[in-house]
Amino acid sequence: MWQYDKRLQYPIKIKNPNPKYAQIIISQYGGPDGELGASMRYLTQRYSMPYNEVKGMLTDIGTEELAHMEMVCAMVHQLTRNLSEDEIKGTPFATYFVDHTVGVYPVAASGTPWTATYIQSKGDILADLHEDLAAEQKARVTYDNLIRLIDDPDILDPLKFLREREIVHYQRFGEALRLTTDRLDSKNFYAFNPSFDKCKKQ
Amino acid sequence: MLTAKEELYNKISATDFAIYDLVLFLDSHPQNVKATELLSAYRKQRESLINDYEQKYGDYITHVKDVKADNPWSWIDGPWPWEGTSDK
Ligand SMILES: [Fe+2]
Repeated sequence: MWQYDKRLQYPIKIKNPNPKYAQIIISQYGGPDGELGASMRYLTQRYSMPYNEVKGMLTDIGTEELAHMEMVCAMVHQLTRNLSEDEIKGTPFATYFVDHTVGVYPVAASGTPWTATYIQSKGDILADLHEDLAAEQKARVTYDNLIRLIDDPDILDPLKFLREREIVHYQRFGEALRLTTDRLDSKNFYAFNPSFDKCKKQ
Repeated sequence: MLTAKEELYNKISATDFAIYDLVLFLDSHPQNVKATELLSAYRKQRESLINDYEQKYGDYITHVKDVKADNPWSWIDGPWPWEGTSDK
């Protein structure tokens, strides 16, 4: 189960609203490599994981990604607060505004709503961990791209924190992959599926 | 500029973050003695920071179980975390 901590994982206080920035940052909520997908991917993959280390990691990282989702939504909210109609007209945020006003909705920067097709739960530890490693790199690149396009320090500071977390998660998933390959049956390296076939208990 | 209260509040959050990051590290290094020692040091630090905060500013509230069963019910008091206007 889950319980709520009434605070952000890293503080966000944005002084200047900016609909253009909101319109690109929202991709890390509902985009293909965003935090909503990250969280759903890891929490969903847990059930077929054979090893306790990896069950723990998916639970803890999946939970942290929920906190990242909240941070990204907080950024979008603070960037679109108290805007006048004139500040929205003619910006790339206008199309979003038509559909959602200033409600926070999971879409990619390019406008596609979030979909479960962004994630996979293959029931195979090797396939799933490789997906997770790739997901962390793709999320890191997305933060790199946002950092390239944004020059407000109130936004850059939390974005850099989030970028660093992708690097840490990549590291942890790499360790999960190593401990998994160490335990796989070497005679049957690729065909062996420890979540389905009988596996060596740790 | 952050107030002294905000600074202390953020220091507690940073300690919580260090604790979480060690927990995550321990998931893949369950035998690592140095990490478990660091974890208990940070847990102690968290406790003393919270004591300090509560002496100066009243209850430290992050989880609903920290809220006293008082009237009126104060869990709903703003600002909520995403509003970024906290006086904490
Ligand atoms: Fe991540």
